[in-house]
Amino acid sequence: MVERTSLAVRDLAVHFEMEQGTVRALEGVSFDLHAGRTLGIVGESGCGKSVTARSILRIVDRPGRIVGGQALLDPGTAEEADLIAMDPESRRMRGIRGGRIGLIFQEPMTALSVHYTVGNQIIEAVRAHNDLSKAAARDRAIELLREVGIPRPELRIDAYPFQLSGGLRQRVGIAMALAGDPDIVIADEPTTALDVTTQAQVLDLLRRLQREKNIALMLITHDMGVIAEMCDEVAVMYLGRVVEYAPVADLFTTSRHPYTRALLRAVPSILATPRQRLATIGGAVPHPGARPSGCAFHPRCSDFMPGRCDAASPAPLRPGEAGASCFLEAQP
Amino acid sequence: MNVLEVSDLKKHYPIHAGLLRREVGRVRAVDGVSFHIAQGETLALVGESGCGKTTVSRCILRALAPTSGSIRFDPGQGETVDLATLPKRALRPLRRHLQMIFQDPYSSLNPRMMVGDIIAEPLRVNGVPAAERHARVLELLDLVQMPAVARTRFPHAFSGGQRQRIGIARALALNPRLVVADEPVSALDVSVQAQIINLLLDLQDRLKLSMLFVAHDLSVVRHVSDRVAVMYVGRIVEVAPTDALYRTPRHPYTETLLAAVPAPDPMRRGRQMKASGDVADPAKPPPGCAFHPRCPYAQDRCRVERPELTEVAPGRWASCHRAQEIELAGVA
Amino acid sequence: MSATAAQDRWAEATQLRLTWWRFRRHRLAVVSLVIIALFYLVAAFADFLAINDPHATDARRSFIPPQTIHLFDEDGFNPHVYGLRGVRDRQTFQLTYTPDPNRKLPVRLFTRGYTYNLLGLFETDIHLIGIEGGQRTDGIFLLGTDQLGRDLYSRMIVATRVSLSIGLAGVALSLLLGIILGGVSGLYGGWVDTLIQRVIEVLRSIPTIPLWMGLAAALPNTWSTTQVYFAITVIISLIGWTDLARVVRGRFLSLREEDFVVAAELAGASQGRIIFRHMLPSFASHIIAAVSLALPAMIVSETALSFLGLGLRPPAISWGILLQDAQNIQVLANAPWLLSAAVPVILVILAFNFLGDGLRDAADPYG
Repeated sequence: MVERTSLAVRDLAVHFEMEQGTVRALEGVSFDLHAGRTLGIVGESGCGKSVTARSILRIVDRPGRIVGGQALLDPGTAEEADLIAMDPESRRMRGIRGGRIGLIFQEPMTALSVHYTVGNQIIEAVRAHNDLSKAAARDRAIELLREVGIPRPELRIDAYPFQLSGGLRQRVGIAMALAGDPDIVIADEPTTALDVTTQAQVLDLLRRLQREKNIALMLITHDMGVIAEMCDEVAVMYLGRVVEYAPVADLFTTSRHPYTRALLRAVPSILATPRQRLATIGGAVPHPGARPSGCAFHPRCSDFMPGRCDAASPAPLRPGEAGASCFLEAQP
Repeated sequence: MNVLEVSDLKKHYPIHAGLLRREVGRVRAVDGVSFHIAQGETLALVGESGCGKTTVSRCILRALAPTSGSIRFDPGQGETVDLATLPKRALRPLRRHLQMIFQDPYSSLNPRMMVGDIIAEPLRVNGVPAAERHARVLELLDLVQMPAVARTRFPHAFSGGQRQRIGIARALALNPRLVVADEPVSALDVSVQAQIINLLLDLQDRLKLSMLFVAHDLSVVRHVSDRVAVMYVGRIVEVAPTDALYRTPRHPYTETLLAAVPAPDPMRRGRQMKASGDVADPAKPPPGCAFHPRCPYAQDRCRVERPELTEVAPGRWASCHRAQEIELAGVA
Repeated sequence: MSATAAQDRWAEATQLRLTWWRFRRHRLAVVSLVIIALFYLVAAFADFLAINDPHATDARRSFIPPQTIHLFDEDGFNPHVYGLRGVRDRQTFQLTYTPDPNRKLPVRLFTRGYTYNLLGLFETDIHLIGIEGGQRTDGIFLLGTDQLGRDLYSRMIVATRVSLSIGLAGVALSLLLGIILGGVSGLYGGWVDTLIQRVIEVLRSIPTIPLWMGLAAALPNTWSTTQVYFAITVIISLIGWTDLARVVRGRFLSLREEDFVVAAELAGASQGRIIFRHMLPSFASHIIAAVSLALPAMIVSETALSFLGLGLRPPAISWGILLQDAQNIQVLANAPWLLSAAVPVILVILAFNFLGDGLRDAADPYG
């Protein structure tokens, strides 16, 4: 089965110019998003997963700066367009942001204004990307709210965000993301702020919507459980690089990068035996400004090869091919 | 022997309205909670946000004054005291037996004090002489696997995981009878979380700690607790030994919670959570069993009559009218 | 220094040191700090730096324009000023002064002048610079003289003392009131808090100028300048404390919820220890920043009051009083140099504001 590639990210590099020096938040990140499939991006704090999303949407805040790479919409077709080459404030980019590419935030309250009703905000989003009359946009907004499973949408449309529970707010956030009828959706930790039962419902909703609309979903999370539940392919990130890319089943059974293996062993499991200890990774994630030499994971790696791993960086992954960015990988 | 016996604990918040601020209702944050913690045992208090688990822990620490009920605590001097009714002045000498591990490792350490002074503070205020304090601090640092040089450093020099170790060392400084841990690992990265979970397991073994572990993450709870109490809208709906609760839940809400947790295993995908809807509002709890609007097993009786927490099997308690009739799914 | 040594140094740095490291990076704030330090140094040694007696009047030398010191003459380095010759304008009958090139008055360091008390320690009559010889009306008038023939430069130098110290005294009083009342308000809450907050609101809702006018008018005419000085300080800080009380109350309220304060409480620490060991140090830096922003407000208040004639009264000398002389447009047209008293006011206010901003940013090393 060959899916249409909706977005191809190539060698994306983002630097933050801080007082202490340049922090390399992203160092050559590449991956593809395919229609109807979910790519999971997983990693610990500081790995650059959120910066990746913000770079694609061109909303990296100062002092961050995209220093290289491409984000190609519809790669290989006549309409191919590089988001990184566009002016972030241009009409075209604004049309893509929230139009072709929808965004779901971790805390929907930050995406919703407290001063306007839910309806006002969705109608505004609908009209920004479609040529509709006010009445038609309102109908569309009610339809969107129904689609995301909000009961009695014709009443809820006039509610203010604070009048809704966390779960309902996140559903409104999803409705907002769908307002421009996107074919790519980026969800940045969409369920981290939610309770487990609400999380399960929101994940179900995302899955259903993706199936119905053939959306290319990029799901950013730190939760291996959510990855296992939702994704088709997974990119594991560590300190600004994709260190492993694999189909989800392979990642959990035969992961190839020592970091992935260690991370999976360190995750507490609901299937644990009583008082079961976890395998740990020594130390903590270094600050991105104090990046270790060579392979950034080498100080914490159980397979560290002195003179090799700390001397040079392993080759980055080729997009779309399963593998690990690790010296062990290259050896036959 | 029990370190703590809580019975019929209630914490209500009056809702005032109007110019004269008359009481128009009550938020029953905690509404009749009973449980005990045996010497050397870890009891986990789990539930979703707003279920009252944090309020219970704050009442036990008397950061909040309970509305009614009793909290019998055994400080280890042969006589138990009721923390619920003790005046603040009489409470102070008891504080040393009752310590807390905080959720946020950043705000729980005074940034203006050296780590050694932070750990020594409980010792100092309880009159331990300086020489003894010094030895004890070194011993505690060693216990939480921190280097001795940490003593003269300030919290800003440490990562989240290391700070959490410092917080644990401070909590253990006076050999407390009971430690209340409020979401102690939920703010940490996965790899660091595993280190702290292992540390807690170690400490339980070595020091025979009695602990109240307040958490929302059922995976973490399965690793560290001996027994689990599940709360829903201010009440305990089920108490059972950890393994039994996960394998064969006896309350439909426990079943829902367990089904909602995404397991880090793509093979287990597609399990259906049977309950729907949102957590009830503790200001307007539904009549009868608070869970009935979401419960797939609810009958007419559940809508009018509130079930009591009863022993359904040796050592297992559930508050469900149908606990003996229905077959619920757990996780193996 | 090696990287690890630097790291160790950072790891063992106190909050004060971290704040200082951050503050040092604020160029403007550091420059401002130096300027303010210089101003206070001038205030401390005002009489030593002054050239002429700031109180000495002489009708024969009124409205002398600013003079320059000539550093060289035909013999090389020989700082001097020229004596002045008064010429009466035949049409306006105004007396105007022109330098008399025949009378060269040498400028010397550490000359003897009027007698004063140095730092309250001992009497002396040594001044930094002065002239040798000359007539009674001769002198160095760097910024000219006023109507009564008093040397503006010396008066400005001496005014620094009053203007800068009234700010300090006012802020000290405000701080005392602010910390006590704000602390009580934030720590105990309840009806005490409500009461104090309402009082603050009432005080703040009174328009300041009429309030000052009323209070200043109530000061008895018979009071000495020192008494008036203290009364004015009290009047100014009566409003000033409300701001600081709000800062203190806010910090106490937020700190009370802070986990490390709860932890200290759980350890069994006494109320006093919690307040003085945990809470106060946590916002001392914020208070310093608030103070450095409150100081210029005090200075401006004094200047404004004195300018309006409600504050200090002559013979006291402050920047406000000096500016009061520059009120009359007629006078200003003839002697525009009188306006130069506004320069130190602006300089000090700006410096304090930049310093306060820098301190505020530096106070929170994680912010």
